[in-house]
Amino acid sequence: MDPLQFVSTARVAIVAGKGGVGKTTVTAVVARAAIRLGLRVLVIELDGKPTLEDLLPDVEVQHISASAALGEYLDGHGLSRVAKRLTSTGIIDVVATASPGIDDIVVLGKIKQLERGGRYDLIVVDGPAAGHAITFLLAAKGLLATVRGGPIATQANEVAEMLADPARCQVLLVTLPETTPVNEALETAVALRERVGVHLGPIVVNAVDDGPTLSADTAPEGSALRAAAEFRNARRALHRAERARVTAELGLPQLVLPLVPGSMLDAEAVDRLADGWSGT
Amino acid sequence: MTTLLEHVGAAEVLVCCGSGGVGKTTAAAALGLQAALLGRRAVVVTIDPARRLADALGVPGGLTNDPIRLDVDGPGELWALMLDTATTFDGLVRANAADAEQAERILANRFYRNVAGSLSGTQEYMAAERLHALHADSRFDLVIVDTPPTRNALDFLDAPSTLARFIDHPLFKMLMLPTRRGLKVFNVAAQPILKTIGRVVGGDVLADAVAFFQAFAGMETGFRERADEVIELLASKGTRFVLVASPRADTIEEARFFAERLRRGRLEVGAVVVNRCTPTFGDPPAKRPRAAAQAALYDNLQELRATFETERAHAASLLVGNALPPGIHTTFVPTLPGDVHSMSALASIRSLLFPPTR
Repeated sequence: MDPLQFVSTARVAIVAGKGGVGKTTVTAVVARAAIRLGLRVLVIELDGKPTLEDLLPDVEVQHISASAALGEYLDGHGLSRVAKRLTSTGIIDVVATASPGIDDIVVLGKIKQLERGGRYDLIVVDGPAAGHAITFLLAAKGLLATVRGGPIATQANEVAEMLADPARCQVLLVTLPETTPVNEALETAVALRERVGVHLGPIVVNAVDDGPTLSADTAPEGSALRAAAEFRNARRALHRAERARVTAELGLPQLVLPLVPGSMLDAEAVDRLADGWSGT
Repeated sequence: MTTLLEHVGAAEVLVCCGSGGVGKTTAAAALGLQAALLGRRAVVVTIDPARRLADALGVPGGLTNDPIRLDVDGPGELWALMLDTATTFDGLVRANAADAEQAERILANRFYRNVAGSLSGTQEYMAAERLHALHADSRFDLVIVDTPPTRNALDFLDAPSTLARFIDHPLFKMLMLPTRRGLKVFNVAAQPILKTIGRVVGGDVLADAVAFFQAFAGMETGFRERADEVIELLASKGTRFVLVASPRADTIEEARFFAERLRRGRLEVGAVVVNRCTPTFGDPPAKRPRAAAQAALYDNLQELRATFETERAHAASLLVGNALPPGIHTTFVPTLPGDVHSMSALASIRSLLFPPTR
């Protein structure tokens, strides 16, 4: 199976994973690879960081913030005066407090609106950081359990429908080929499947040191050559073992991004990483 | 210049901060282990529910909200706990309530349960609150905090003042006012702004919220004072921040951002730890060998050397400018081939963080 097939199976791809695993990198590479396939791509960014615009200079990037999305939502429901008042007084934060998840719902609602709009073939969402993905995606279910009726409940319903439909939305889980990140990815995968009920696309393993085992023992014992080769072999063996564990536990197709040692991620590096995927 | 070891020997509070995935939890655990070896009674607090600290310490059953004493071969003590946000919040409500009846009314409120469990910032605030309580606990003379993996890693510092601001919010005041005037709940809900909010979020959610704020009335002073004390503790001389980073360009950039934020808040970074560094192995032979297998070994050594140098250059960029105090003690911790999830692996990390002096 072509590992890139997923870009045409659902219109929304939410990139999720713990902090530091390279979600933004993966978002950029997925977007770049999809553009090369001729798709109309939109990238959505939730943290307010300008990184993705630099990585994808020719791609449309939208920043969605909860308060802007809530304001826009109220506007669109004939509550524009209320919206202004809420934002200008900062009461919007209190509203979000009164009903946890409401900020996530309006953000997901905005994504759903873009998905329904049909202007894009693929919407790649650089998901929220640091284990927030589950809460973020559970917001619709959680809200529906407490709120009955009203515009927000309608919105939550529509969001829940989108999340549950594998033909509309999928999650790309990102991990690193190390023990702790893989443990966390496995836990997240179970939670996303069982609690959120969202479809999992391929799992992306980032920063993989892939290469042959070096014949360390041909170098003299105690030499720098030998120590370096042993270190590298141990790292590569760990990466292989962790990738195998991901496959064994999740049974999902795997996309791999190679380790790019130490360098700053820029648009050119994203291009090169996408080359690796376009070739397969 | 104060070394990391001197900080571990002298501080009352050590706060490990940095972006996600840089090894903060392991660093916090290793600092705790070193403290116990120095004869101190240290407690390590983690907020991350991902069991990382339990893994790093090799605690099979996991950690609880109450500190567990760990087996350490040294004169001091090492304790560890995993913060349970909701339980800590409940304790704070009980401590500040006028009587048990007020406490129970709040704890049973649905809106409160939402806030205690999931409000963003609650976790950070409770971490700061717990830090304060442990600092006052006579069982410990050093509290080491592994800060939560927040969106921007700064929320931990902002949490106490966010709470103070929240209490001062006009809406909050408005919600609490009626109790003082003896009005009924439905009158509050009839306020135009609240009616509007009710239309958006649903009436029962609003009713819960109003009931919560009314039950909360009278407790805000206690909460505010506590928040102020936490802010004071974070700024005190006994509290040192340890900035943890990995030698990648993006995490170094975030670390610099964090350092500047600490400096603006007049909180000083005591030491820097750069985790997961590529090790060095010494110099390669003068010439690249001809035989393919030998040449591959030569190339590997050169590659690792180049990576090492790139990483050091990134790390050096953190020390440029005035985000960090000049000459700050920086420890580079080389990557271990495996992962840290036992006391013996933690002991190796400790010895890398605190290399024996000659």
